[in-house]
Amino acid sequence: MATVDMKDVKKVYAGGVEAVKGVSIAIPDKQLCVLVGPSGCGKSTLLRMIAGLEAISSGTVSIDGKVVNAISPTDRDIAMVFQNYALYPHMNVYDNMAYGLRNRGTPKAEIDSRVRSTAKVLELAHLLERRPRELSGGQRQRVAMGRAIVRNPKVFLFDEPLSNLDAKLRGQMRVEIKNLQRNLGVTSVYVTHDQLEAMTLADILVVMNAGLVEQMGAPLDIYEKPASTFVASFIGAPPMNLMALKREGGHARLAEGVTLGVEPPATAATLGFRPEDAIVGQVEGKRALVLPAVVEAVEPVGAESFLHCAATGDRVLVRVSGRATAKPGDKLSITASLDKIHWFDAAGKRV
Amino acid sequence: MIGSSRFRTYVAHAVLLVGILIVAFPIYYTFVASTHTLQTILRPPLPLLPGGEFWNNYSEALLGGVNRIGGVGVDVLLFNTLVMALGIAIGKICISILSAYAIVFFRFPLRMVFFWLIFITLMLPVEVRILPTYKVMVDLNLIDTYAGLIVPLIASATATLLFRQFFMTIPGELVEAARVDGAGPWRFFFDILLPLSRTNIAALFVILFIYGWTQYLWPLLVTNHNDMNTIVIALRKMVSFADADTQWHLVMVTAMLAIVPPILVVVGMQRWFVRGLVESEK
Ligand SMILES: Nc1ncnc2c1ncn2[C@@H]1O[C@H](COP(=O)(O)OP(=O)(O)OP(=O)(O)O)[C@@H](O)[C@H]1O
Ligand SMILES: [Mg+2]
Repeated sequence: MATVDMKDVKKVYAGGVEAVKGVSIAIPDKQLCVLVGPSGCGKSTLLRMIAGLEAISSGTVSIDGKVVNAISPTDRDIAMVFQNYALYPHMNVYDNMAYGLRNRGTPKAEIDSRVRSTAKVLELAHLLERRPRELSGGQRQRVAMGRAIVRNPKVFLFDEPLSNLDAKLRGQMRVEIKNLQRNLGVTSVYVTHDQLEAMTLADILVVMNAGLVEQMGAPLDIYEKPASTFVASFIGAPPMNLMALKREGGHARLAEGVTLGVEPPATAATLGFRPEDAIVGQVEGKRALVLPAVVEAVEPVGAESFLHCAATGDRVLVRVSGRATAKPGDKLSITASLDKIHWFDAAGKRV
Repeated sequence: MIGSSRFRTYVAHAVLLVGILIVAFPIYYTFVASTHTLQTILRPPLPLLPGGEFWNNYSEALLGGVNRIGGVGVDVLLFNTLVMALGIAIGKICISILSAYAIVFFRFPLRMVFFWLIFITLMLPVEVRILPTYKVMVDLNLIDTYAGLIVPLIASATATLLFRQFFMTIPGELVEAARVDGAGPWRFFFDILLPLSRTNIAALFVILFIYGWTQYLWPLLVTNHNDMNTIVIALRKMVSFADADTQWHLVMVTAMLAIVPPILVVVGMQRWFVRGLVESEK
């Protein structure tokens, strides 16, 4: 139904704060783009510029090929789901969903059928007469979604819509949002700082840091080939193990007695491997990175366990499936196969 | 409850009873006086119990017959006062809610200047600006009119500040949601802001109605004809300097009648408050 294009979008707030420092993202029709990044990196600011709630300092935002910089939020044909839902407290669920349609002069009969069918999809049909304060958090969240869906807009914008829900409900709603978005085929931008939400929801994942895009692409591509140490430590839970390399006489090494197994790229300054890409013990006959380590703590999660280890002065995390046999204080070797190792240069960029 | 021992309960009730006695006794005594003949009132001490002249006194005051204060009946006085009090209360609420709306939700040049201008008028109550205001009213030919009674008292910095404080507690997200939902400034005001302010408006209405009802100095200045008097002014005029000339029993009846409308407003609006507080929307 619509594409969203951002070209070199910048935002400087009145106080001189540069919140977004030049971001270009192209979102194709019907795709869900997730903006993820640490707190204060400018995700909400960018989303609000797409919504028209915040003026764009420079650059352009286009919806469906049309530059919307000077168009009011009302006329951009977008719908937004807010973090705290922002339901109208004095209106019942029906009126909350109908309000946007009424303001646009939709005929009464059509409003009624649209509100009722949306309520049915979201399992809100029996709650239409209730006020927001008579609903649970999850139900309010659904009403907020319903208010967006019923308008049938060109673009959905979500600003951390699940962050007020408990973990179980969040997982449930995540799946529901994904299904709804796919079924309705509405282009969406979704802001979160939860990397699990980001990975599972995104068609296009945009990792932001300090007002800039660090990396953009399919979630699994980003997971497999993080463009920087920042992305590597942000995407994936638990985060990638990163270890600084020392240069001695032109050779890179970690510490005494550690086999790197391979000569790292000339500019590499940091080595990284994911906790799930390492195993405990040694593999015969295969060239690999082998680290002597001491177990410091064991975290059993159920299906898997995490071993927190100290290795050559760094802290290293290893995932083992099922119940871990190791105990704190145990000495063991950690082996990571060479094709699973990531190299980063001194500036943190992938080599 | 801080304590629940018997002794504390007794003390609490005693304090409350004394308070009620202090507040209610003068009103009760006025009522008692309004049910006695003039002769009884003029011969102290006044009895503590109501007399038998209730119907006589009240019908005399209400249905006229007596030539009081230039021949103006209590009904006219009550009507004048009601118009003024309602005019002031409603006018103040309209003006202050609109100015608070502008100051909180719109960004315009000199916004803070306007805010401070409103704020500064707190230092200029009616009494301070009474002469220039009177001159303006004379020039505008508004002496002895309802507009003259109402308009100069309508601006209210206090009510504006109260609405401003309330509006600032409305989450920004709600405002933005309304914008995305296509509500322009007027729609937002009528569909969202006004319904959310209901309790505040009710509370302010009571306070401002009583403020308007009890105005003394301004109505005294701005009305010359007796048929434009408010009941408070009329009461004052009924009391002449020589004690014996004053129809005290009718003064007491008029005083009782002057108290009734504010009491009705308070009692009527009380329900609203309670409902508003229990619902505690937002
Ligand atoms: N109205 C404003 N005026 C000035 N600076 C602002 C304003 N709003 C946000 N900022 C600043 O802009 C930067 C980005 O803010 P933004 O709200 O976009 O962060 P975010 O990525 O959404 O963070 P979070 O995950 O905590 O919501 C922050 O440094 C913030 O302090
Ligand atoms: Mg945010």
